[in-house]
Amino acid sequence: MRARARKTKTVVAVAPWRFYLVATVLVALLVVLLGRVLSLQVLNTDKGYAFLQNQGEIRSVRTAEIPAYRGVITDRRGEPLAVSTPVISIWADPAQLSGSEHLAKLAGLLGQPLPELEAKLERFAGKRFMYLQRHRVPAEAREILAHKIPGVYGEREYQRYYPAGEVAAQLVGITNVDDGGIAGLELSYDEWLRGIPGKKQYIKDLHGDAVRDIGVLEPARPGRDLKLSIDLRLQFLQHRELQRAIAQTGSDSGTIVTLDAHTGEVLAMVNHPVFNPNSRKSFKPGNTRNLAMADEYEPGSTMKSLTLVAALESGRYTTDTVIDTTPGRIRVGRKTLQDPRNYGEMTLSNVIEKSSQVGVTKIALDLGHEPIWDVFQRLGIGQPLGTGFPGEGAGRLPNRPRWRQIEEVTLAFGYGLTVTPLQLARAYTAFANNGVLLPVSLLSLDGEVPHGEQVMAPEIAAEVLKVLHRVTGSNGTARRAKVAGYEVGGKTGTVHQVGAQGYIDNKYRALFAGVAPAKDPRIVTVVVLNGPKGDAYGGGAVAAPVFSRVAQGALRLLNVAPEAAVPDAATIAALENQRGAGV
Amino acid sequence: MSDYVRQLPDSASGSGLSRPPSVWQRFHLDLPLLILLLIVTALGLLVLYSASGQDMGAVLRQGRFFLVGYVVMLLAAQIRLQRFQRWGPWFYLFGIGLLIAVDIVGVGAKGAQRWLSLGGFRFQPSEVMKLVVPMTVAWYLAERTLPPRFKYLLACLAIIALPAALILIQPDLGTALLIAASGLFVVFMAGIGWSYIFGALVLAVLSAWPVWVYGLKEYQQQRILTMLNPESDKLGAGWNIIQSKTAIGSGGWDGKGWLKGTQSQLDFLPESHTDFIIAVLGEEFGLRGVIILMGLYLLLLLRGFWIGLQARSSYGRMMAGSLTLTFFVYIFVNMGMVAGLLPVVGVPLPLVSAGGTSVVTLMAGFGLLMAISAEQRTVSH
Repeated sequence: MRARARKTKTVVAVAPWRFYLVATVLVALLVVLLGRVLSLQVLNTDKGYAFLQNQGEIRSVRTAEIPAYRGVITDRRGEPLAVSTPVISIWADPAQLSGSEHLAKLAGLLGQPLPELEAKLERFAGKRFMYLQRHRVPAEAREILAHKIPGVYGEREYQRYYPAGEVAAQLVGITNVDDGGIAGLELSYDEWLRGIPGKKQYIKDLHGDAVRDIGVLEPARPGRDLKLSIDLRLQFLQHRELQRAIAQTGSDSGTIVTLDAHTGEVLAMVNHPVFNPNSRKSFKPGNTRNLAMADEYEPGSTMKSLTLVAALESGRYTTDTVIDTTPGRIRVGRKTLQDPRNYGEMTLSNVIEKSSQVGVTKIALDLGHEPIWDVFQRLGIGQPLGTGFPGEGAGRLPNRPRWRQIEEVTLAFGYGLTVTPLQLARAYTAFANNGVLLPVSLLSLDGEVPHGEQVMAPEIAAEVLKVLHRVTGSNGTARRAKVAGYEVGGKTGTVHQVGAQGYIDNKYRALFAGVAPAKDPRIVTVVVLNGPKGDAYGGGAVAAPVFSRVAQGALRLLNVAPEAAVPDAATIAALENQRGAGV
Repeated sequence: MSDYVRQLPDSASGSGLSRPPSVWQRFHLDLPLLILLLIVTALGLLVLYSASGQDMGAVLRQGRFFLVGYVVMLLAAQIRLQRFQRWGPWFYLFGIGLLIAVDIVGVGAKGAQRWLSLGGFRFQPSEVMKLVVPMTVAWYLAERTLPPRFKYLLACLAIIALPAALILIQPDLGTALLIAASGLFVVFMAGIGWSYIFGALVLAVLSAWPVWVYGLKEYQQQRILTMLNPESDKLGAGWNIIQSKTAIGSGGWDGKGWLKGTQSQLDFLPESHTDFIIAVLGEEFGLRGVIILMGLYLLLLLRGFWIGLQARSSYGRMMAGSLTLTFFVYIFVNMGMVAGLLPVVGVPLPLVSAGGTSVVTLMAGFGLLMAISAEQRTVSH
């Protein structure tokens, strides 16, 4: 066929079959091409459509976490104690940012020296993420981000803010920079408060910039709110009074805890020293210690009201039983115990009222340690309260195989055992609550009455309340605990602080455990001042006046009607004077 | 046998010529070719708008090139074929001069020296040679006995090799190969014996190894290796192919919709408005879009061959065959490259990829096709 061509200029000599052949080959090649595209796009082979579509999404679709809102902590009336506020953390991609000509501008915007920023970039060289500044106020952060410096990004986060500041700091606790609880109730209820972060998808381009949101895969589930049992008003009042007492007595530290007498809810719990939960500038970890629950020490004479219970339960004593304390001192083993002066013959009630060492010693020697220990044990001494609060102390009530006489006697005084202030307050709720001991709650019970345990006969509880009331009478050790318009009751305690070498001679701890009002009490309050300076260091002198002020405010806040006619201004002034004189 | 018949002026095929020529025929326009070109051009601009990141300026710029291209096509269609034939060697000499000028005073871009700058207007002489080389070979062979004798074949090879070598040293391997191919297509259409073709194929296979070792630069070797296994260098040489395959593949049958392709719109796809524009089409219009475009291309190719078959002179026949084949090679090489079948060489997708000189050259080639088409009708006048 090829030979068909002829040597003529005008003659066409290209064989048409060659065109057909070429056209066929060409169509075949196009079919191959089409097949290739077909296998890429539609056929679901190993590296086909589904795989490549997935690959396409891998390149552009990103899943981001939506931060979850941490639950709010409020007081029993809904006042916020800890809230999460939105903030923006500024971060950078060091790979993009290092060597950028915008560094100087960025340092200026962040308020950091340029060398510092450069050093940080150096440290993070080779990484793709570093924080530049965390938790900026959104408006400020947006100002920085508005400069659109390549490699600088913002990330939405939540920061915890504590409106009550230092007032409830130890109880509420704090969170770390990543919004996780690290102290106080923020820690113990972290699971509850912490939300579950959601997920959203967005499309990003080659440069990593988010182009648009596709949608929310899982909405963020906010954390649950936590309603505490404390009343912020009472907390403020108690805080103020504690600070005042610390300043006036020169004490090293102190704590006041107030319980609802009928529910066991903690109405207020304050400590000194305090810390500011909203600032980490002067943060000392030691200051987060919630002394009311963490500190354990000997409660001293405040336990004599429990010894009284043992005496009354034995059937051998009534409050009117006369005990001869002459000559004002008594020898037990090699130790001599003495009263400030010779009280002579006194009733059991008087023994508590005057806190007579000799009287209590005689009772203890008569009863033996067993009934006393049993009452202490029934009232929860030495047992954990089970609030779940981090670092909660359980106290110690040792049960010895053999008790020496002096040990039996000092147990009755409140030595040789340790309690936390909260445990002490809880024990007193049994007196206030017809002999029913209630569990302590840091959370609001919302009117629900918890199941208590009858630990003593109601009559005995009533007797003890009467005696406690007399302690605050004009002849008692706690005269300064009096509250204008109300009858109150309580027991003082003064103990030597314990150091490395045993008791420290000139270091005291002043305690007061009280109830108010004395008839059908609404609150139980324990005041502890550690290391009061000066001549007045006893529980009656320094702790009782604090109780008086706290109880006065608390009863007013709780709308408890005054029992006595409201005293006139002169009486109040006289009372104030009396309270002040003790300090 | 039909060849003989067709030489006669009063053959059956010429009987229709007694009718008065239509407006299209008067202006030497091949209507099917023109309509197909307009459709593909419009489709191309549509895709370009998306591929350029919705830049209307890029579309208008490309539209201006097309305007110039269509004018050039119309003008070329008016020129009588014999004139093209006569001008061939002069174009060739002029083109060689330009190529030498490029190698001496050319303007570089991306490591290659391909452009001539003429008073702010840059153009690529190698593009023009895609048209000139086949014209010259066809001119040379049309004067001689067909099929050509061996010594004429050697002369043809020399005509082809000179510009190819000049382009190769720019360096621009892809264009050099395409120009060589466009010349060889003429030789093929001239009807050389199968022994030559097989001989050349055997020679090509045998020389593959020495060429690989001594002839190719490292980046060129790399491209071929990458094509064989793109995963070997995902962030480097394999990036283009992986991204384009992903773009096409993720389009599926329906595509993601115009302007909605994630790969192409979010800068993942390299060179999305030039060499890899088919990936944008594949991602946004899906397989349907690719089939439509390939169908249009196929119709264009078949029309080109039809014109070649109908051509009255061997020059016209060789030129039409060569032009159509070159057009096909562009399409095939570009699509094969983007689909990961062929190595990455800088070949634009004709009529769709953004580009200036290439569009004008292409349209000039279609003008030449129209001139060939017109010749078959005008001979009788």
